[in-house]
Amino acid sequence: MEKKSYLLEYCLRIGDTSLILSQRLGEWCGHGPILEEDIALTNIALDLIGQARAFLTYAGVVEGKGRSEDDLAYLRGEREFRNLLMVEQPNGDYGQTILRQFFVSTYQYYFFDALKKSADKTFAALAEKSLKEVTYHVRHSGEWVKRLGDGTDESHRRITNAVEELWMFTGDFFLMDDTDQALIKEGIGVDLLGVKQKWEKHIADVFNLAKLSVPENIFMIQGSRDGIHTEHLGHLLAEMQSLTRAFPGAQW
Amino acid sequence: MNNLELNTETLNQKTNMVWKLLGQIPDPEIPVISIVDLGITRNVEFNDGKVVVSITPTYSGCPAMMVIEKEILSTLRDNGINASIKTVYTPAWTTDWISDSAKEKLRAYGIAPPESGSIDISTISLQPKKVQCPKCNSLNTEMISQFGSTACKALYRCKECREPFDYFKCH
Repeated sequence: MEKKSYLLEYCLRIGDTSLILSQRLGEWCGHGPILEEDIALTNIALDLIGQARAFLTYAGVVEGKGRSEDDLAYLRGEREFRNLLMVEQPNGDYGQTILRQFFVSTYQYYFFDALKKSADKTFAALAEKSLKEVTYHVRHSGEWVKRLGDGTDESHRRITNAVEELWMFTGDFFLMDDTDQALIKEGIGVDLLGVKQKWEKHIADVFNLAKLSVPENIFMIQGSRDGIHTEHLGHLLAEMQSLTRAFPGAQW
Repeated sequence: MNNLELNTETLNQKTNMVWKLLGQIPDPEIPVISIVDLGITRNVEFNDGKVVVSITPTYSGCPAMMVIEKEILSTLRDNGINASIKTVYTPAWTTDWISDSAKEKLRAYGIAPPESGSIDISTISLQPKKVQCPKCNSLNTEMISQFGSTACKALYRCKECREPFDYFKCH
């Protein structure tokens, strides 16, 4: 693969992750357990859409075939999406949603913190901007994990179930392939092993306060780098893309 | 006439006029301050005699940015200036760019201005700082919701005068 293709892959990985997570959070609009959390989740979704737009627009520029952010979001199929498997998982109850957020936002925090030093100027600028918003996401979700873990018997049971449901998708965060290696060599990409160490520490610190134990020896599901997704993505995209596909080329 | 031959004085006059017009455009959500007050407008330059206004988004997904772009183009067009807009992402927008006078306008409007500079991103478990009530100035306030009516604001309540108010978050 040439450098341009590696760069395109990288843009899609970052942009798709934000896009799909934003779509999932949007499902909570009007259905939040309390008004403040309804607003919190949709505000986080808004920040993520902003990131997705920026990274997918850049992907289109890097590809150089005239595809816009909308073409990329609405006209690709499952196998072409490069989002992390974690973000396509169903919302479940509030505990599962906020735990998923905590896992992903912590990952994005350390990832963008490293990416802001990228030799690619656009990546560096977008990473610095996204990092400011992600800092609030990590704080908010982390506080809720603590509250639910060290809460009532029921809240503790629910968040413990959520850990069991979601932990197997965390391995997918840190896999590196030839795209990563090539871009790391150019000073553009991020060493995910470094991110993993920091991620593991923060998760452990918050889990400790939340009276949750960190799972060990769990078989990890993987495949996002090759577009091999869980069954959920197809349904999500069918809904997300339905309007565009029903009225191709529509403008308003 | 070759537009490239605009002399420096004319260029300066035109640039100042554009900035003056931009300073009259209010933020769509907070009409008491302008987009220049907020630091959204980063640069005005001439490219082949045409005006290019550089803006930077406050929050990545801020929906007001589209309204702001339209306002900039129509305000300039109403004054006979054909302009285009360039979005820049770096340096990243920060509440540090909000002037002190703009912060006072926020307070007078009922929105508590950002307490300090941009957030200290090295501490991701930091508790929110004590925020002063814009109505009665008491520090006896509490946060109701970290995310408020817009992406940039949080919802607080004053325990002295019992009034709720928006807080413009440090960014």
